[in-house]
Amino acid sequence: MLESSPVAIELYVLLSAVLFVMGTLGVLLRRNAILIFMSIELMLNSANLALVAFARQWNTIDGHLMVFFVITVAAAEVAVGLALIVAIYRTKKSISIDDLHKFEG
Amino acid sequence: MENVLTAVPLVVFIPLAGMLINLFFGKYFGEFGVGFIGVTASGLAFVVAALLWAGLRDNNFEAVVVNPPLFDGWISIPSANLEIPWQFRVDTLSVTMMLVVSGVGTLIHLYAVGYMHGDPRFPRFFVYLNLFLVFMMTLVTGNNILMMFVGWEGVGLCSYLLIGFWFDKSRVFPDGVSEGWKNSNAARKAMIVNRIGDFGVLLAIFLTFWTFGTLDFYKPDEQPIGGHAEEAEEHALVIASTDEVIAEEEHDLSNMGFLNQAQVLLSDGEEHQVKFGSVDLSLKAIVTLITLLMLLGAAGKSAQIPLFVWLPDAMAGPTPVSALIHAATMVTAGVYMMVRANVLFHHAEVSSFIVTVIGATTAIMAGFIAVGQWDVKKVLAYSTVSQLGFMVAAVGLGAYAAAIFHLVTHAFFKALLFLASGSIIHGMEHGHHHSHDSHHAHHEEEFDPQDMRTMGGLRRKMPITYWTYVIGTFALAGIFPFAGFWSKDEILADSFRVFWDEGELKGIFALMLLITAAGFTAFYMWRQVSLVFYGEPRHEAGEHASESSLLMTLPLMILAVLSIFGGFLNTPSDLPLLTDLFGAHKFTDWLGHSVVNAHAGEFLWWLALGALGVAVFAIFAARQLYADETTSTVRITGDPLARNPQTSQAFALANAKLLWDEMYFKYLENPFNVASRFLADRVDWQFWHDFFHHNIVYLPFDQGAKGISGNVDKVVIDKGIMMVFARGPWEIARRVRRVQTGFVRIYALTILLGTVLVMIAILFPDIRDILGI
Repeated sequence: MLESSPVAIELYVLLSAVLFVMGTLGVLLRRNAILIFMSIELMLNSANLALVAFARQWNTIDGHLMVFFVITVAAAEVAVGLALIVAIYRTKKSISIDDLHKFEG
Repeated sequence: MENVLTAVPLVVFIPLAGMLINLFFGKYFGEFGVGFIGVTASGLAFVVAALLWAGLRDNNFEAVVVNPPLFDGWISIPSANLEIPWQFRVDTLSVTMMLVVSGVGTLIHLYAVGYMHGDPRFPRFFVYLNLFLVFMMTLVTGNNILMMFVGWEGVGLCSYLLIGFWFDKSRVFPDGVSEGWKNSNAARKAMIVNRIGDFGVLLAIFLTFWTFGTLDFYKPDEQPIGGHAEEAEEHALVIASTDEVIAEEEHDLSNMGFLNQAQVLLSDGEEHQVKFGSVDLSLKAIVTLITLLMLLGAAGKSAQIPLFVWLPDAMAGPTPVSALIHAATMVTAGVYMMVRANVLFHHAEVSSFIVTVIGATTAIMAGFIAVGQWDVKKVLAYSTVSQLGFMVAAVGLGAYAAAIFHLVTHAFFKALLFLASGSIIHGMEHGHHHSHDSHHAHHEEEFDPQDMRTMGGLRRKMPITYWTYVIGTFALAGIFPFAGFWSKDEILADSFRVFWDEGELKGIFALMLLITAAGFTAFYMWRQVSLVFYGEPRHEAGEHASESSLLMTLPLMILAVLSIFGGFLNTPSDLPLLTDLFGAHKFTDWLGHSVVNAHAGEFLWWLALGALGVAVFAIFAARQLYADETTSTVRITGDPLARNPQTSQAFALANAKLLWDEMYFKYLENPFNVASRFLADRVDWQFWHDFFHHNIVYLPFDQGAKGISGNVDKVVIDKGIMMVFARGPWEIARRVRRVQTGFVRIYALTILLGTVLVMIAILFPDIRDILGI
């Protein structure tokens, strides 16, 4: 069992919130699919950070466990998502998501 | 030997088998095979009939009823207690008919093999002929009147099919009608006229069933109750001795066929009532009605006034058909039916009188018309009508045995005459083809091989046909000792007896008319013989005519022998030599076992000699009269009777067939046509269709429908109600679908806002309460 962190839990949560807001804004404002993707990753990892922080705070293992799941799922998601982006680029010659507002090939 | 009587279904099923074989495989057999099967089927039926004759003799002439194999009953309605089985009746009358039908039938089948040679529908002809035998045998063997009616309709069908057999002959008559059309018209005429008669038979059947509760002539285990008065009275006493008359009698009579019931009820001297709903009629009146309806049927089938008009036209069929169906067998079915029901006719004085009048009038009327005919077959057709009149008159006079006797001898000599006329036609056609081949000049010439005006001189060309024809003529004319002499004389003697002994008017009426008719008979027959055979050929066809093949002349010779000796079946008693040789009243005695009112006619010397004298005189008159005509070498144009101012009008009437057809057209057909046109054009089309359907039904409906569809449906339903349902969701959808922009960030923002909203709801319970969630 780890010692309780000298850094206060509030800072972790604050950083996590800042990262989440940055990721959210990135998703909402960027057009490049890859950047949106990276923003999503940022959001996921901000959530991870919050989970780990709370797990340390409450000295339980549940948070850690959940983080591993999130990392695993995120890895799989990246594999699928990048493949999608490549496929979209091949058909559209663009990865701007605003070009994808219609179902047409 | 009684077992042989159970073979009676074979007389129906052997021709049926022959018919089916020829029907399905006839086209593979060729003429010889088809003819062989047809003749064999008919011949085997004759053998069976002959065995039945022998078996019946060994059975003491007692009638036997046989159930056919495989047919267990026929019409059966247990809840109504109705049983009408198909049973075969073997008694002396039915066996007589079977022998005549199959015997004459076999000879005609044989003849037809030669006559129909080369016809493209050869197998079909024999299918029809065998089918005719099937139905004729069903008719004469049926033990109930309904089964008889089945055969009755069946022979009518075969008659129709065979009259119109040459429905596609293309020769066109001067009036623009093709021969095939005339043939099929004749077939239709026969069918339609016979329907009128059949209507009478059907009503007679219904009345019989209502009155007697059964259609069986006799039940299987009973014998006819004798016509001798003592026997009947004795039987009636047994029944009358029980006091509860109606109830007891019904009980006693319930196991009797209707003929025995009638015999018992009509000879016990009491009045019986038959209930028709609320009306009671006396049994006597009902029997009179039944017999009159039977007479209507017989008038149709046996060609009596007023329904005889179909028979002369029926000569459109091939000549073997005319011989078999329209001379020897089918047309005698009416006589057979009346003789079968002799018990009823015996007790119905009014009906008997009418039957006599109809028969005798028909006999003299048809004999008169025959004098004025030029077509060789038309003469014989009217002669047949005339002779059937003799038979019907005999039934009316109560001379049932004489009627059947004349039926049998007539079958012999009329079949002979028809077959011989067929041989003549064949010879003429052959001669025509022959001369046609050698001289090509006669292409467009109209040639009718049946016209006696173009014949003449065939005696030397066709000797066998000539001699057999003369024998048939003598038999028909009633020359001693040929068959017709005996049978015709018995009818004449009976009519005298009815007049003299019983004092009935119908006797002298029939005697006068029948003797005159006999004179006509001898006259027109010898006129025909003179015109056809004597003198010189009046046409090239006659010069080149040749005798027919043995296949056709052999039946002629056999029938000629039967026409000579057939009369000795029923030799009167007390004749020197002949009675010793042939016995007395053999045929009447034989028939008496089933025809209870049969009685032997007495032989009257003066009457027989008188009738013979009339016949001989008529023959000599014809010979004198037509001697000049026969010496002509060109087609004669007129009859000596027509040239004589005293007889010209009579001849014109006879030649015009007494205008029967024209009168029917004028007074029946034409009014009928006018009435149908009126009904069709005025009532149906103009009133019913144009007025009622169009104006009353169609237009209001149409207007109403237009109003409903235009105003109610299109405006109220479509634009009103349906628009609320249709436009509403459409409008909502139109607005809502703008949300779906397709831009991912909008969706992401929506999710974010939603999440924020949910979080607010979780974090701030007060707001949750305000929002009410």
